[in-house]
Amino acid sequence: MTAARVSIRHEDFDLADEVAALRAGDGGVGAVAVFVGTVRDRNDGTKVKTLELEHYPGMTEAAIESMIDAAMRRFDIRAARVVHRIGVLAPTAQIVLVAVTSAHRHEAFQACEFLMDYLKTQAPFWKKEAGPSGVHWVDARVADDAALARWGIDSGNAAPSAAA
Amino acid sequence: MKVAVRYFASVREALGPGEEVGVDAGASIASLRDALAARGGRHAEALGRDRVLRSARNRVLSAEDTRLEDGDEVGFFPPVTGG
Repeated sequence: MTAARVSIRHEDFDLADEVAALRAGDGGVGAVAVFVGTVRDRNDGTKVKTLELEHYPGMTEAAIESMIDAAMRRFDIRAARVVHRIGVLAPTAQIVLVAVTSAHRHEAFQACEFLMDYLKTQAPFWKKEAGPSGVHWVDARVADDAALARWGIDSGNAAPSAAA
Repeated sequence: MKVAVRYFASVREALGPGEEVGVDAGASIASLRDALAARGGRHAEALGRDRVLRSARNRVLSAEDTRLEDGDEVGFFPPVTGG
């Protein structure tokens, strides 16, 4: 089957169902790498009550589609899928899934990490955290830009490159 | 010409979801941002040059020197924090 490669939604996802759908009927798959991001109950030492995720409808889906295209060009992988939740999420909830299939493990691991590094700094999502001292927007991390730079890609997110 | 401006996250909280804005031919994302900030008040606070913002033209991340065309959609928002 060919499931859509990108799903942005409020509803949770089931890891086993996602993996089964991604590799269904493809006998060439010898490796599946999966990353799942979840909501921590603490961030920078502060208790987290809820995390609210906003996105740019239309742009988000297109951005992640092009990231998957880039991963397919760059790595010898067979299929990839990204699910990202939006709305209000409580600690321990699943936020994001990146799943990749390939013939051998190395390419699947690499493509999975590449997609996550890309998504963290180039997909239009914003997190708002509610804790004991109120509500605030989460700051972008320079470390996430550095993670993307390892792949030779300039992020310009937390630390924008040259002003326009 | 006219462009549809859209705001997200902290910028949306300050200015609302967006607005239609008239711009001169040859305008860029940067000149649009500066013209909006020049209105003062909340616009100056949310879009001023002391704010680190990213921008998109027609739903693609775009540097501020990108030229605009009539009917474009321009998004302004803080650095992204998904995943």
